[in-house]
Amino acid sequence: MSTASESVVWAGAVEKPDPATAELGDSQREYRALMRKWWFAAAVGAPTMILSYPWILPVLGDWLPRGSDRLRAVWVAMGVAALAVLAYSGSQFFSGAWRALRHRQANMHTLIAMGTGIAWLYSTIALADPGLFPDETFTEVYYDVTVVVTALVVLGLALEVKARGRSSEAIRKLIGLQAKTARVVREGRELDVPVEEVVAGDLVLVRPGDKIPVDGEVLEGTSAVDESMITGESIPVAKAPGDAVIGATLNTTGAFRFRATRVGSETALAQIVRLVQDAQASKVPIQRIVDVVSGYFTPAVMIMAIGGFVLWYDLGPAPAVAYAVIVAVTTLIIACPCALGMATPMSLTTGVGKGAENGILIRSGDALQSASRLDAVILDKTGTITWGKPVLTDIVATGAPESELLRMAAAVEKASEHPLAAAIVAVAEERDLRLPPVDSFEALPGHGVMAAVEGRTVVLGNRRLLEREGIDTSSLDGDWQRLADEGKTPMYAAVDGRLAGLVAVADTVKDDSVAAIRALKGLGVEVAMLTGDNRRTAEAIARQVGVDRVLAEVLPEDKAAEVKKLQLEGKRVGMVGDGINDAPALTQADVGFAIGTGTDVAIEAADITLISGSLRGVVTAIEISKATMRNVRQNLTGAFAYNSLGLPIALGVLYPLVGVLLSPLMAAGAMSFSSVTVVSNANRLRRWRPKEIST
Amino acid sequence: MTPDQVAVTLAGLAAIALVVWFFWLKKEEGMRAMLTSSGYQEAMILVKGGYTPDTVVVARSTPVRLVFRREESSPCSEQVVFDAFEKSARLPEGKPVAIELMPTEPGSFPFTCQMGMLRGTLVVE
Repeated sequence: MSTASESVVWAGAVEKPDPATAELGDSQREYRALMRKWWFAAAVGAPTMILSYPWILPVLGDWLPRGSDRLRAVWVAMGVAALAVLAYSGSQFFSGAWRALRHRQANMHTLIAMGTGIAWLYSTIALADPGLFPDETFTEVYYDVTVVVTALVVLGLALEVKARGRSSEAIRKLIGLQAKTARVVREGRELDVPVEEVVAGDLVLVRPGDKIPVDGEVLEGTSAVDESMITGESIPVAKAPGDAVIGATLNTTGAFRFRATRVGSETALAQIVRLVQDAQASKVPIQRIVDVVSGYFTPAVMIMAIGGFVLWYDLGPAPAVAYAVIVAVTTLIIACPCALGMATPMSLTTGVGKGAENGILIRSGDALQSASRLDAVILDKTGTITWGKPVLTDIVATGAPESELLRMAAAVEKASEHPLAAAIVAVAEERDLRLPPVDSFEALPGHGVMAAVEGRTVVLGNRRLLEREGIDTSSLDGDWQRLADEGKTPMYAAVDGRLAGLVAVADTVKDDSVAAIRALKGLGVEVAMLTGDNRRTAEAIARQVGVDRVLAEVLPEDKAAEVKKLQLEGKRVGMVGDGINDAPALTQADVGFAIGTGTDVAIEAADITLISGSLRGVVTAIEISKATMRNVRQNLTGAFAYNSLGLPIALGVLYPLVGVLLSPLMAAGAMSFSSVTVVSNANRLRRWRPKEIST
Repeated sequence: MTPDQVAVTLAGLAAIALVVWFFWLKKEEGMRAMLTSSGYQEAMILVKGGYTPDTVVVARSTPVRLVFRREESSPCSEQVVFDAFEKSARLPEGKPVAIELMPTEPGSFPFTCQMGMLRGTLVVE
């Protein structure tokens, strides 16, 4: 509901703790404390279990007969021990319940505190004044319930704390990527300084095998840098002067110097950490329903427990009060608001973390849920499916050798500023062709170029230009048509008034686009391509990559309208674009995927940012979203099913049918098990790996 | 029905009524955030088994700064989420953390822990 707020500026922490270590310390301390409490409760629990029913074991039964003073004395000792367990191992339930009560709220602590407290009170009253009860079967004690329930629930909490720590592992890994030191040049001297002391503008040296400390721009030297930890791309990226480098990535074999541009909280890594943390703390839309339910859940369980007590007291078999107490206590204990509350946040935290590991930044739970349900994805052609840079693809020479044609064409084009020209010149230079100087260069917009090279007149352009110059193109018209049909831009070349050949330039398809589009279709998503190109070129590319639907001749300002058109067909639409020019279309789409450039991760308009430029990221993002939402649904179904089966059983619906009444001990076991199951299921997501996409 | 059954039934009904009244029929009064010299409406919120105060009243169209201080180790409360404002924060134990919001529409906006167990309300007038 962003309408309720605007410009929600994050002042950030008043104090800025290192989130990773703080969190790690917190959860480990909590875990150790809970484990100590568990051991104490378990140590008291074992003898308490046996001594509560001494007549089950013949030896003990003889020594501690029912009603004997000796048994009474043992039970008094047990009562004291049970109180110690409540006070130590169960302290968080009572303090939590009390604090919640002061806010007129109830939570899991309230239920456990009530359940164990009632069992202890009932036992103590029965022990202190058996005369209050009509017969001796009423005066059994339930100290075992108090102690064992506390032990089991505390153990469950401890396991949960441990597993929760694991679910935020991704953040810790990310923070762990940060380099500790940097080698900078100050006043002409090379110094190793802690990374916190690097300032923007510093000259930083990177040696082979070094971790790049902060974001910057290469000044001199070349190398290949392993950026997989940030972008998810496994192949090292070549770096030369002018290229951007990302802090926390790993230099391979070369050495270079770079100028630090972004340091501290401005670096790509810091932004990624912030984005991931925000997303992990956001909510999946499903959870809003769960929130409503859990708001009513705990008091509703109390009402059920009271109702159960009354029904069993009024209608149950003798001894009615004992049954009524058992049913009320079991009902309080078996309810697990925790499983309900944890079902979505646990999966979301793990799923968003998994995305970050693969170079995919999911902004929120909303984005994640929407991405899991997309019907169609619109891909911007230029820069997304293709490299966005034209390259020379074909040379058709008639008569003169191919290299001669290229040399002539490149010589003329060198004087031109057209982007297509650069593609031709680049290939000529790659082949080490010496380009002769040109005279009387003339650019004819919309037609082509002409110039004098080594005394010969070279014309390069479309058919209209050649016809104007009186040159017959018919012998190559067939090739021209074929190349145009392939989505390329062919140009005729003529030397001294005679047709010399064709050169074709095209924006080429990225290596993995075809495979990614196939994988998207495999996920049941319709793929559309959006481009400003004419329909024929667009369709040629579409055929090449296997796109179903072509939205051609779309002006940049109409991209958002095209997204809307598809949405009006009732489809949930994802838009993949570059984040800056495509911002309105990304915002219009149900899910906007921004193809990042590595360092620019906090793209506002995007719901999902793909740090690497590959389309495979879209596939992985959708797969992660689907896997996470599947996990959320499993957890929610499990938690709802557990509570809606467990509560009636605890209330004793099975008793009239098959004579089975759940014991509070079983309830405590089930309750702990259910919350641990939810957390463990969410942790299964950690093992998720993107599918290998075959190219 | 025996007299003790009647008594237990009546007591049970009374207890149910008490639960309904105590947990569901509470009136939210809340604390009004103070306008500070920096132009923010500020309020401190203690996080300990719940939010104190759990209802903060603010005026619309003036920036709000809520400073949370968590004084417990239970991991339940380590996050606070303002769903309507798409804001959240991690609350390290014992350290004040500020969240700034700009309410533009009147209404009641809940803030909760990540699991929705602890609840508070930001009332925008």
